[in-house]
Amino acid sequence: MINLTINGIQVKAEENMTILEAAKSVGINIPTLCHMKDLYPTGACRICVVEVKGMNGLTPSCAFPVQEGMIVETNTPRVKTARKTIVELLVENHPQDCLICVRNKNCELQNLAETYGLREHRYVGKTKSHAIDISSPSMERDPAKCILCGRCVRTCNEIQKVGAIDFINRGFESNVTTPFNKGLNISECILCGQCILVCPTAALREKSSTKEVVNALMNKNIHVVAQIAPAVRASIGEEYNMPIGSNVTGQIITGLKRLGFKKVFDTNFAADLTIIEESAELIDRLSKNKNLPMFTSCCPGWIKYLEQKEPDLLKHVSTCKSPQEMEGAVIKSYYAEKMNLDPKDIYVVSIMPCTVKKFESERPELSHNHIPDVDAVLTTRELVRLFKTSGIDFDNLPEDKFDNPLGESTGAAAIFGTSGGVLEAALRTAYFKLTCENPKSPIFEELRGTEGLRSFVVKINGKEIKTAIVNGIGNVQSLLEKLKKGELEYDFIEVMACPGGCINGGGQPIHQDENRVKERVKALYKIDEKAKMRYSHENSSILKIYDEYFEEPNSRTAHKILHTTYVDRKKLIRVNAKH
Amino acid sequence: MHTQIFRNFPANDRSNLIAILQDIQEIYGYLPEQALQDTADYLGMALSGVYGVATFYNQFRLTPLGENVIRVCRGTACHVKESANILRALECELGIKVGETTRDKKFTLESVACIGACSIAPVININNEYFGRLKTKDIPRILNVLRKEKAVKEQENIQSSVST
Repeated sequence: MINLTINGIQVKAEENMTILEAAKSVGINIPTLCHMKDLYPTGACRICVVEVKGMNGLTPSCAFPVQEGMIVETNTPRVKTARKTIVELLVENHPQDCLICVRNKNCELQNLAETYGLREHRYVGKTKSHAIDISSPSMERDPAKCILCGRCVRTCNEIQKVGAIDFINRGFESNVTTPFNKGLNISECILCGQCILVCPTAALREKSSTKEVVNALMNKNIHVVAQIAPAVRASIGEEYNMPIGSNVTGQIITGLKRLGFKKVFDTNFAADLTIIEESAELIDRLSKNKNLPMFTSCCPGWIKYLEQKEPDLLKHVSTCKSPQEMEGAVIKSYYAEKMNLDPKDIYVVSIMPCTVKKFESERPELSHNHIPDVDAVLTTRELVRLFKTSGIDFDNLPEDKFDNPLGESTGAAAIFGTSGGVLEAALRTAYFKLTCENPKSPIFEELRGTEGLRSFVVKINGKEIKTAIVNGIGNVQSLLEKLKKGELEYDFIEVMACPGGCINGGGQPIHQDENRVKERVKALYKIDEKAKMRYSHENSSILKIYDEYFEEPNSRTAHKILHTTYVDRKKLIRVNAKH
Repeated sequence: MHTQIFRNFPANDRSNLIAILQDIQEIYGYLPEQALQDTADYLGMALSGVYGVATFYNQFRLTPLGENVIRVCRGTACHVKESANILRALECELGIKVGETTRDKKFTLESVACIGACSIAPVININNEYFGRLKTKDIPRILNVLRKEKAVKEQENIQSSVST
């Protein structure tokens, strides 16, 4: 333990703690911009400076370790002036269009300007101007709003290990951009949107599809239906100041109905369907010992990553469409037939916690006769905006239920939104298919956790199935290297590109609460616990749809509607790819 | 061609990045896109990181040099002698901004901090030849000479190819 004094308060801090952490432990607030928990400090923004007795200049508290007998002052006039000047300089080189900005009232720069009482323009000079990068279908990059804190760069490089963006040039010309400034769409970017979640301003944001959705809702000739992803129901409440992890499924359904959606379906239904198809595929591959290990295909970010980096390994990926696309495909085939509708006249809107889903919905492989399975994707944040402009008082909405038949789901589907959930759900059904009985407990406790790479051997009928879970795309490369060398001994691997799974996806509410992943995951597990059915193969609507339409898992019809193909993207984005 | 450079450096060690980029520029006169991608692959880095370094340092170029490289001294002595006007005149005459190359790839215009010829300020350097005590009205004449020399050479080349 180290004893130091901060603002006259005796503080006991652990060794290797920074001044920032020590101050936080006794309730002293120090503002930060470039600081990221658990990553090596850069000390780039200097907003966290404090005065340390005996040191000449001001000290960045995020990067300075505590020392015995240190005397720290965090609120002297000198510190306040320095911080205010930094904020003023940042603000003067910023568009200051807060009123019409997507991050209005949820912007760290705006907060700092308010905290330090900026009341006049003291610095006037050249401001930077850059074009907005709208090349990608999922995300927009507005470098004019960038304050160069580097959090997106570090997330992309150190957490996700994708490395699509970095700083270029220097001094006033510095900028965060893709190689050769070509735009996100032709970079290594997998559009996971983790950079959006850490961006303090609106320099990174999703590409909004709200307009298209509103236009469709206004068109009387179109049958507009919605589907809601598992992770959205556990997070949208945060935008309405509810505690993190509030389950508000019922309110979302009512809200969507009031917006004018004819039917509201549950992506969880398609998650159950995915499990049936995927577990059948796994059992088939295991029996033939072909293309093992099998990777899950639910995460479009992971698919894009593999297509761009290691297209040779695509044969290992399950051919199942992701649940959102399955739901869309079923709506435009089975449901259209039942309702006697032309698939052309159905407009499917997905409410997703994810930015890559927008890209996925535009993939030509995921359409039938030039009609896309999913027409528009709204992120959780976009739905909240749509609710607000439509005068929907979310807090006081009554609860409603999903429409059937594509709204029934089991607990296994609910946990799709968290890392390890897809694997757990698949194992529940695979166990049943191989032994004709359910496992003693539906919970595979070993699969639950937060580590980046978890592995687990499950024994079914005396046969060992070696499984692994990759949590965050940054942990997948080492696994792929081993697979290429033939050293990999797994049978089934789940990969989710976002750390924590969909629950922490790039389309989720933006705030820096450390507990957000943990609490949202708890909400999903609670839905599973309370569910009447916890095994995908017990879902009566699923059984019915196989009876009426698909015959059996991996049948011809099922392959046509529920399975897909992948593309080699390496040669599209790399100049030195071998053609 | 540039892949041979990699033999001199260990793979997956990003500390050699700048040395490799310098060697590549030695070969091509600039850093081609493909060479940067190959460097990133060899060092196990993201291309964005390599591009970031290549744009950070003034010594690296990402576009090929023109046949004639004009360097305008913007050091203190030349600045006092109004080298800004010389630069401006060159920009106007060539129709490009400093750091750019003309479309016909004939001229590249650069500014440098000080070329150590302060006694003849303001000074510019064309293809390593110094032109001192310049006035803006000298610029068109100098450029015309360069253009003519080029034309003469081309003419000679054509004639020699016809005669053989």
